[in-house]
Amino acid sequence: MVNPPLALLAELTHRCPLRCPYCSNPVELARASAELSTAEWARVFAEAAALGCLQVHLSGGEPTARRDIVEITAAAHEAGLYTNLITAGVLLDGALMGRLAAAGLDHVQLSVQDAEEAGAERIGGLRGAQAKKAAAARLVRDAGLPLTLNAVVHRQNLHNLPALIDLALDWGAGRIEVAHVQYYGWALANRSALLPTRTQLDEATRVVEAARAAHRGRLVIDYVVPDYHAARPKACMGGWGSRFLAVSPAGRVLPCHAAESIAGMVFPSVREVSLHDAWYQGEAFGRFRGTEWMPAPCRGCAQAEKDWGGCRCQAFALTGDAAATDPACTLSPHHGMLAAAVAEAGGAGFVYRGA
Amino acid sequence: MIPRFARGVRLQEDKARGRWIVMAPERMFVPDETALEVLRLVDGARDVDAIVDALAARFDAPREEIAGDVRPMLEDLVEKGALTW
Repeated sequence: MVNPPLALLAELTHRCPLRCPYCSNPVELARASAELSTAEWARVFAEAAALGCLQVHLSGGEPTARRDIVEITAAAHEAGLYTNLITAGVLLDGALMGRLAAAGLDHVQLSVQDAEEAGAERIGGLRGAQAKKAAAARLVRDAGLPLTLNAVVHRQNLHNLPALIDLALDWGAGRIEVAHVQYYGWALANRSALLPTRTQLDEATRVVEAARAAHRGRLVIDYVVPDYHAARPKACMGGWGSRFLAVSPAGRVLPCHAAESIAGMVFPSVREVSLHDAWYQGEAFGRFRGTEWMPAPCRGCAQAEKDWGGCRCQAFALTGDAAATDPACTLSPHHGMLAAAVAEAGGAGFVYRGA
Repeated sequence: MIPRFARGVRLQEDKARGRWIVMAPERMFVPDETALEVLRLVDGARDVDAIVDALAARFDAPREEIAGDVRPMLEDLVEKGALTW
C-alpha cells in the first residue's frame, strides 16, 4: 500500500547569488527561461494539497530570486499548505519580508555558512553576505515569524560549531539544523576539502548534545550526521517515494531533489502529468519504493524497512548502480570506498561553480 | 500559567489521513486523543486551571486526575517547542 506524501519540496529556481562548494543543486542547472510560471506553481500546490501534502518547502537556488515569490507564497498558503521559505537571506529587505508575511508565510529557514564573516563569505563566495543574513534574521523576527538557522557543517567550519549555536540564539532562532554535508553533485567534487575527520565528528556530536541540554525549551537542535563515518546508511527521504516529493525548477516530479543525478532515469513533468499520477502510477516513484527492488545484501535484511537501503543517489554516484546497497552500509561490498575517502581527505581549496 | 502555541505552530486537520496534527516549522506531531482534547482548549486565554476545569466538566472526571495528566503533557509540548507559557 502506497501512502500519500507529507511534504513537497518546491525548487523554484536554480538561480542563486551564493556559490557554496556543497551546493545541492544539480551540476547542470535549469535556465531561468525553463522555470515553471506562477500559475503552474499554483496548480502544483493545489495538486500537492489534494494529494495529502501538508507542508511545502519553497526552495532553490534562492527562492527570493524569483520576482513572483510573493504570489507563489500566497498560492501555497491558499492551497492550505504550511509554507516554509528556505533562503540565503541576502535578497530580503523589509518590504519583501512584509509582503511575504502578509501572503501567509509560516516559517523561514535561513542558511549560514560559518559563524565568522571571513569564513562564511569564503565558503558562500559572496562578500557582504553575513551582515545581510543578520539583517534578514531581524526582519523575520520583526515580522513575527519563527526562524530556523540552517548551518551546513564540514571540515572547514566545524571548529566554529559552538559559535554557530550562539549565533542561532543571538539571531533569535527557535531552531537550528546542524547538517553535515551530504556528498553528491558539487559536494562530491569538493569532498576532499569538506569531509570531517572522525575526531571533528565526535567533537561536534558532543557539542550538540551539550547545547541541547543547555538550551532546552529555548532552542531546538536538529542534527544530521555524515554517513561517511556511519555503519548503517541514512533512511534517505524516509524511503524513496514514501513521504516526500520534489518538483524541479523546470517542473520535473522527483522522489528527491538530487534524483536527476541518476543517469538513465526519466522523471515526469508537471506539464504532462498530475502529481497524483506521478506519485501513484509513475515508473520513477515505483522503481525504488518499498523493498521489492532490493538486491542482496539489502534483500531480507532486518534493517531493510528502517533505512530502505540508504540513498539511491549516493549508491549511483559511488558505484554507478542506483539499485546497489548504499556504500555507507558496512554490509555493502563498496563500503571501503568511504573509509578511503576519509583517509585521503584534507584538501584546502574549493571548486566553485562558474570557476 | 497560560499555554499558547509557539510561533509558527498550529493545530490543523489532516483530511487526507483523517486526523488532527500539530504543524510546526519543518516538523509535525500527531497528538493522541487525550492530547488533542487538551490542545483544542489551548487558545491563549485559558490558563492551565481553566483547561483542567473544562476537561473535568466535559468528561465528568475527578479534577486531580485530569490535572495529573494535563500538566506533564503541556510541559512535554513546551519542551518540544510546540507550546510556550
